[in-house]
Amino acid sequence: MMGVILFAIFATAAVACGINLVLQRHPVTSALSLIGVMGSLAVLYLLLGAEFIAAVQLIVYAGAIMVLFLFVIMLLNAGEERKIPGKSLVSKLIGLPVFVLFLGLVAYLIQTQYTHAGSPVDFDAFTGGGPREVGMALFTTYLLPFEVTSVLILIAILGAIVLARKEID
Amino acid sequence: MNYFLLTLIKAGLIAFVLVTVLAYLVWVERKVLAHIQLRVGPNRVGPHGLLQPLSDLVKLLFKEGFIPSHVNLFFYLLAPFMAVALSLGSIAVIPLGPQIDVFGIKTNLGLADVNIGILFMLGLGSLGVYGVALAGWASNNKYALIGGLRSAAQMISYELPLALAIVAPLLMFNTLSFREVVDAQGGYLFGFIPQWAIFQLPVPQLISFIIFLIAAFAETNRIPFDLPEAENELVAGFHTEYSSMLFAAFFTAEYGHITTACMVASVLFLGGWQPLWPAAYGSDFFPVVAHWFFAAICFWHARQPARSYDRYTMPILGIILFGAGGLFLVPFLKPILVPLFWFLSKVAFLIFTFVWVRGTLPRFRYDQLMRFTWTFLFPVALVNLLITGLLVALTTK
Repeated sequence: MMGVILFAIFATAAVACGINLVLQRHPVTSALSLIGVMGSLAVLYLLLGAEFIAAVQLIVYAGAIMVLFLFVIMLLNAGEERKIPGKSLVSKLIGLPVFVLFLGLVAYLIQTQYTHAGSPVDFDAFTGGGPREVGMALFTTYLLPFEVTSVLILIAILGAIVLARKEID
Repeated sequence: MNYFLLTLIKAGLIAFVLVTVLAYLVWVERKVLAHIQLRVGPNRVGPHGLLQPLSDLVKLLFKEGFIPSHVNLFFYLLAPFMAVALSLGSIAVIPLGPQIDVFGIKTNLGLADVNIGILFMLGLGSLGVYGVALAGWASNNKYALIGGLRSAAQMISYELPLALAIVAPLLMFNTLSFREVVDAQGGYLFGFIPQWAIFQLPVPQLISFIIFLIAAFAETNRIPFDLPEAENELVAGFHTEYSSMLFAAFFTAEYGHITTACMVASVLFLGGWQPLWPAAYGSDFFPVVAHWFFAAICFWHARQPARSYDRYTMPILGIILFGAGGLFLVPFLKPILVPLFWFLSKVAFLIFTFVWVRGTLPRFRYDQLMRFTWTFLFPVALVNLLITGLLVALTTK
């Protein structure tokens, strides 16, 4: 019961923050909304019993990546975006119908694809989300993808260094 | 229901004590700094300036909370709130003592025993930068903005060596729960060397401890790394535009960060509430002897008063200290107070070190600060972690 209430609160918060992220016109507000989404997601992971992933979500996404986002926004001193006056006639005409169509499509997919997914989610059922279990899975079953990802990140670091290096004349 | 009530009582008690201690840390810092610089320090409000925090609080409460017209109001008000909440939140997972028995109720000293307590603490710590960065940005002031930017870059950079320094002792203890970490540091080598992480075989974690302390100085924006609020370059840095209680919020957050960092250091590296030498050699009686020793000094000063009123104040202080020492002998209180004494004295020593360093070292230049962490501290932490991992893997079978 407690789990369902918490899920309702934080799922609503995540969706509200996500909508706010798109609607706001100031980059800093949008970035903070994204932090709200990530924090709510961390609580949802926690409710599902994946405490390690919840903590990593906080440390990596909310704590490191979004700080860098905010840092760049502050460094560039990005101001509020202005609305461009005079939209084209096409977007005005087909905007709403396309949006309704999209919602319908999503509803249809959920209806047809996820009805047979088995028993409903039980909040206290899963307990294998601790650091030990995640570590075992990463270093045995998923060793190859894990190592390949690390090489990928290394390439990204090298690319960043090459781009940021000053040209020596 | 009992569990909720108990947690509520503990939370209220810990919050009250913590906030009082934070207020008095300002007094301690000013007093210690003053003595390092051959001054007297606050001595006007109350005996030895002891009521100074109270008068500061009253002053800050009744000061006009001036909000400049050019700020981004929502974030300007949100930033101090975030700073305080994220800084005081970490105390929830730090254990203050072993399991105790009060009126037949068994409970842990400390709020929550989370099995990923260390990750939770790191997560809250990494969020802590938002308070400072947002304050700097929302103030719409160039000095504040530079302070906020510096803080963001500095905290991201120093989080890496901090996390690596934490991981090294965790490899030896094989757990992420603070309480289990302390339990793993119990016992004595050859019967008298405590098995704290900085002494424990196979890899004494002294280097990790030093790296952790250095990174903690940067994470808490303290001298020698207090670039976000460097007075001679940035007026007051990120909190230039704040006054009254909003300003006090940043102060509280800074001292909260220092307290939690020192608590984590003493739990991870200095054995938490494990005493310095075995109970068999009388470590349980050390708090009594220490209190009675200071009580004796007070009585001696009462006999030879330096000031006229010492004849009355010193015996009172001596009796209070004598009684406080006696509390450690009461069988009912002993299992609670003795671990608390050892834990808090380690924390107090580390906090003193923070003030000591502030009184001794000059501030780094910003490029030196960044070069220091990326080219020295981070590689050292990485090598230290690799050596620890190798030796732990070789010795445990």
